[in-house]
Amino acid sequence: MTILVIAEHDNASLKRATLNAITAAGAAGGDIHVLVAGHGASAVVEQAANVAGVAEVLVADAPEYAHGLPENLAALVVSLASGYTHVIAASTAVGKNFMPRVAALLDSAQISDVIAFKAPDVFVRPIYAGNALATVQSSDAIKVVTIRPTAFDAAATGSAAAPSRAVASAAVFDEVRFVGQELTKSSRPELAAANIVVSGGRGMQNGDNFKLLDALADKLGAAVGASRAAVDAGFVPNDYQVGQTGKIVAPQLYIAVGISGAIQHLAGMKDSKVIVAINKDSEAPIFQVADYGLSADLFDAVPALTAALD
Amino acid sequence: MKVLVPVKRVVDANVRVRVKADGSAVDIANVKLSMNPFDEIGVEEAVRLKEAGAASEVVVASCGVQGCQETLRTAMAAGADRGILVETDAELQPLAVAKLLKALVDKEQPQLVILGKQAIDDDANQVGQMLAALLGWPQATFASKVTVEAGKATVTREIDGGLETIEVDLPAVITADLRLNTPRYATLPNIMKAKKKPLDVVTPDTLGVDIAPRLTTLKLAEPQKREAGIRVADAAELLDKLRNVAQVI
Repeated sequence: MTILVIAEHDNASLKRATLNAITAAGAAGGDIHVLVAGHGASAVVEQAANVAGVAEVLVADAPEYAHGLPENLAALVVSLASGYTHVIAASTAVGKNFMPRVAALLDSAQISDVIAFKAPDVFVRPIYAGNALATVQSSDAIKVVTIRPTAFDAAATGSAAAPSRAVASAAVFDEVRFVGQELTKSSRPELAAANIVVSGGRGMQNGDNFKLLDALADKLGAAVGASRAAVDAGFVPNDYQVGQTGKIVAPQLYIAVGISGAIQHLAGMKDSKVIVAINKDSEAPIFQVADYGLSADLFDAVPALTAALD
Repeated sequence: MKVLVPVKRVVDANVRVRVKADGSAVDIANVKLSMNPFDEIGVEEAVRLKEAGAASEVVVASCGVQGCQETLRTAMAAGADRGILVETDAELQPLAVAKLLKALVDKEQPQLVILGKQAIDDDANQVGQMLAALLGWPQATFASKVTVEAGKATVTREIDGGLETIEVDLPAVITADLRLNTPRYATLPNIMKAKKKPLDVVTPDTLGVDIAPRLTTLKLAEPQKREAGIRVADAAELLDKLRNVAQVI
């Protein structure tokens, strides 16, 4: 049994979610090969080779892989897939984008957002915004799986380098072109991987008030997240959104400020170790899952908490 | 240009579902069913393209039981021109749906297919990508802005670190993110008019598509329930608990 894990990276460094995917592949059992498709990504190849459990790194270096366009990436993965029992990637925006394309081209049913492996062909995944856990068995020859990064520990790095080998590019897909990116700049930890997350909701009232959360987050070394209401109202950029359709987080500490706790938001954070709710509505559903609840006006409570951290 | 918009009937977003005691399925008897919210956004975008003169016809399609006709009528009340139901009582998984939609695309020859990025019941986030793969078309997933002109679509996509813009040649598949638009409410006159719009019913057999499920659901379970914790009086007590009891900061 050999498993192919598709590395996610920005041509400079390996994304942490790939380390979670490698651990998941280890849970399935078998040799692990990692595919690094990119352009000028030798640093990524080196990082991938040093991850514990990796037997071999496959390298596809070509301009068409520079931006992770799913049409090209999927064609490449499919060209390599025949020797593998599983193709695994993290369920990030990149993984969600190209993996179903891989699955369809292999005529295999994808299993999305897996949180546990029961057997090499039996997987557990949440459905209905995390309100039910489905255990499913796949009968396909090649299992195409995306894993939920927060459900698996990151694989250790710094082990002896695995060998790498270049693989041939697949046919280039001409009908799509990368135009540009607009990334949110932040010095804080990445939301999906942060140990502490401070999130704001509609109760923040406007984008300016998020400065209160920024100040608290800076004291805690935390990432800042948001509910859909806060994103829709334009308080913060979309990539802050935590929930069923945003990012799934499971930090040590999640502080929900001015967030009511709708089903769709809980789907993105209810596996956090400790949940704190600060909300002036003492009936808000968020208090039903919070380990520590403070019913108070956030405009008093958040500055007080920040000040107390000095 | 013809636009095809697949829509799915799902348990309403505000309903908290329960797993049946025997773990065989979620209990959806007597539960409110609605159009998948992401699909409403797809319909709205297609109707806006028509209103802007970029699209000539908006066709909506759904795969599933007879009750999905209601969902198609809802889409027609929002401005779609006609509907197609691929009727079956069988369990449909994303790969099967993608194959059914491919058969419809082969028949209808749309230049654009707009789907929701995911259904809020199975949370798979697969069908649009699979359909694009089966058709050999480019895909623009998680779209928050779409501009169609001169045989191309320029699409702004939501990615993990921010936004990305790509350009795809038509025909193409687009999947809608929440931010793409705000769907309109159907007015009563439009709901009445929608009842007279054409709705064709076909079956997977007539389309020649094998819909046999590839994944077997062994069981469903409720996730471990999180118990409510304690209330604290003020910020100082909260900090004390986090430091000394939970030990997370």
